[in-house]
Amino acid sequence: MTQSNTVEEIVSQPYKYGFITEIETEKIPKGLNEDVIRLISAKKNEPEFLLKFRLRAYEQWLKMKEPDWSGLTYSKVDYQDLVYYAAPKQDIKKKSLDEVDPKLLETFEKLGIPLSEQKRLSNVAVDAVFDSVSIATTYKEKLAEHGVIFCSISEAISEYPDLIEKYMGTVVPINDNFFAALNSAVFSDGSFVYIPKGVECPMELSSYFRINSGDTGQFERTLIIAEESSSVSYLEGCTAPMFDTNTLHAAVVELVALDNASIKYSTVQNWYAGNEEGVGGIYNFVTKRGECRGKKSKISWSQVETGSAITWKYPSCVLQGDNSIGEFYSIALTNNCQKADTGTKMIHIGKNTKSKIVSKGISAGKSKNSYRGLVSISPNAEGARNYSQCDSMLIGDKASANTYPYIQSKQPQSNIEHEASTCRISEDQLFYLQSRGIDFEESVSMLVSGFCSDVFNELPMEFASEADKLLALKLEGSVG
Amino acid sequence: MISSTSETILSIKDLHASVEDQEILHGVNLLVKEGEIHAIMGRNGSGKSTLSKVIAGHPSYKVLSGSIQFKGKNILELEPEERARIGIFLGFQYPVEIPGVSNLEFLRVATNSRRKELLKSELDTFQFEDLVKQRLKIVEMNPAFLERSVNEGFSGGEKKRNEILQMALLEPVISILDETDSGLDIDALRIVASGINRLSQPNSATILITHYQRLLNEITPDFVHIMADGKIIKTGNKELAIDLEKSGYDCIDKNTKEKEIAK
Repeated sequence: MTQSNTVEEIVSQPYKYGFITEIETEKIPKGLNEDVIRLISAKKNEPEFLLKFRLRAYEQWLKMKEPDWSGLTYSKVDYQDLVYYAAPKQDIKKKSLDEVDPKLLETFEKLGIPLSEQKRLSNVAVDAVFDSVSIATTYKEKLAEHGVIFCSISEAISEYPDLIEKYMGTVVPINDNFFAALNSAVFSDGSFVYIPKGVECPMELSSYFRINSGDTGQFERTLIIAEESSSVSYLEGCTAPMFDTNTLHAAVVELVALDNASIKYSTVQNWYAGNEEGVGGIYNFVTKRGECRGKKSKISWSQVETGSAITWKYPSCVLQGDNSIGEFYSIALTNNCQKADTGTKMIHIGKNTKSKIVSKGISAGKSKNSYRGLVSISPNAEGARNYSQCDSMLIGDKASANTYPYIQSKQPQSNIEHEASTCRISEDQLFYLQSRGIDFEESVSMLVSGFCSDVFNELPMEFASEADKLLALKLEGSVG
Repeated sequence: MISSTSETILSIKDLHASVEDQEILHGVNLLVKEGEIHAIMGRNGSGKSTLSKVIAGHPSYKVLSGSIQFKGKNILELEPEERARIGIFLGFQYPVEIPGVSNLEFLRVATNSRRKELLKSELDTFQFEDLVKQRLKIVEMNPAFLERSVNEGFSGGEKKRNEILQMALLEPVISILDETDSGLDIDALRIVASGINRLSQPNSATILITHYQRLLNEITPDFVHIMADGKIIKTGNKELAIDLEKSGYDCIDKNTKEKEIAK
């Protein structure tokens, strides 16, 4: 629990990130065709291989159908009615923060992400992405001293094309799924991280994604490469203004961990969720996957999903290297009319690979919250082990929770454990807390925090309390 | 001892209350003044626990008629947390487990909400740890219990000690202890009882709800009430509890029946 007063403070606040920044934006016309893709690529001065990559993806996408297996219902996106590139107008190459539009700095400051030299977060390097472009990346120089590359993906494409060509699309192939193909064709910006051999990244890395325009799809692309025996902890945060139309966010995140490398990837997702009747909000259709390519490598996903009208994503681990480890810790909270279908895939290929899944779903209001996960053990994955724990908490009597665990084992020498539970906030627990002077809403958020504590413990310190506050905020008025 | 000028803390008049549409309390009257210790005894199902929950404001229990006043003020409209903050404490017969919530943090939030009401400053984590360590001694509790989740995996005795620890931290005006002695071995009973004795103040009061006389060997009540069928049917002093222990509840039943027949 965080301090009681902050919880109280936060409980009484509506979505506070719903403001719009008035800024002159350069947008390309709505619609999607080959010319649009060429235009995006040209705007970003991309090398030929990337344009080809995009065009191949587009070709694949045209042949694909929007998937409908999840049972999520939403009004279909008109892909010709979206803007695929929007950028705040400013000089293309900004050398320092002084040249960044003060309005943008102000925006991020309002979001609690100060970027300027004096105010920026100590020991957390931030890449701030506004609509389609990266605005600024802090602590770049300091990181460079350690050989760590942390920059926008656009910059990486022009500065480190070899790395991009070598790795991009190798974890999530361009034809992986409908939304990944779309992203591969039109992605605008995102973050790039490269940790060289033997380096333990000296600070937390963080990307903050902000959607500002209402009719712009956001297609960011993140690529993290951890070379042999290196390690990094990375966090992404997301917010958007309140629009009564739905905005599509279809990101692709690829992680590569080589021998003995470790990547910890945490997400606090608080996109606008729509209003109480379910009007507006972000469609968060994201493909996230990590490959433990090396021996004894480790990839750990932790996510706190509280926003978006619809969340549809399965951060996954491909455990290729022998003795590699995959982890997935998730809290998904849905309220009002939100829908979430989230979980993970743990694909065991190497010997003695281990995976652990801890998922906590909380559904309030009329929301629907599903855990969907796959544990797959291939014939070669001798000694593979998985432990899964999926707990759901229902608040009120109109919310629903589902668990769909898929298990495929083709290796008899493997061990899979799965536990699942569903509970309601009990009146007796509430009364117990209240009878000690703790008010109703705080009692509820205390119970929810308690329910989620296994996952909170996995989040980086400063974000754990942030996430806890976020849960309290989202639960406002959901009980009783 | 108790003077007639002592202030009344709790006044219950002709209280009728129900749970799940079934009337359990059929007209309870009780007057508790400063410095007093009351014991309420009775069989299972006589309404003792219901009375305690109604006083604390459990939402499942409905007051049908009658009144409960705390220091002269009607409390029936108050939420459970408001009752707690003004100094009404219920020690639970079955303390509830709250997984994932640290006992220490829970105790701190609870203590601060009471302190706020008393216009005392809020305690930060460090200040609170000092206070709680000192209060732990009252119930001879191992500090390791602070690090665990609230009541989770505690033995029966540990849960009850944790209740008394909460009482020690919240410094209530009136403590209603519901079967605090149940499930305790003799050593734990002594520790809990001595804790309760140490915590009683001239300006506070205690209601012990119990089945057995044995707790009353450790804590001397000023009044003993016998409850049956949702009413207090007999009130006396310590001797009443001893009689009861000797002759059992059947004897009370017989007496009341005889009285009714005599009427």
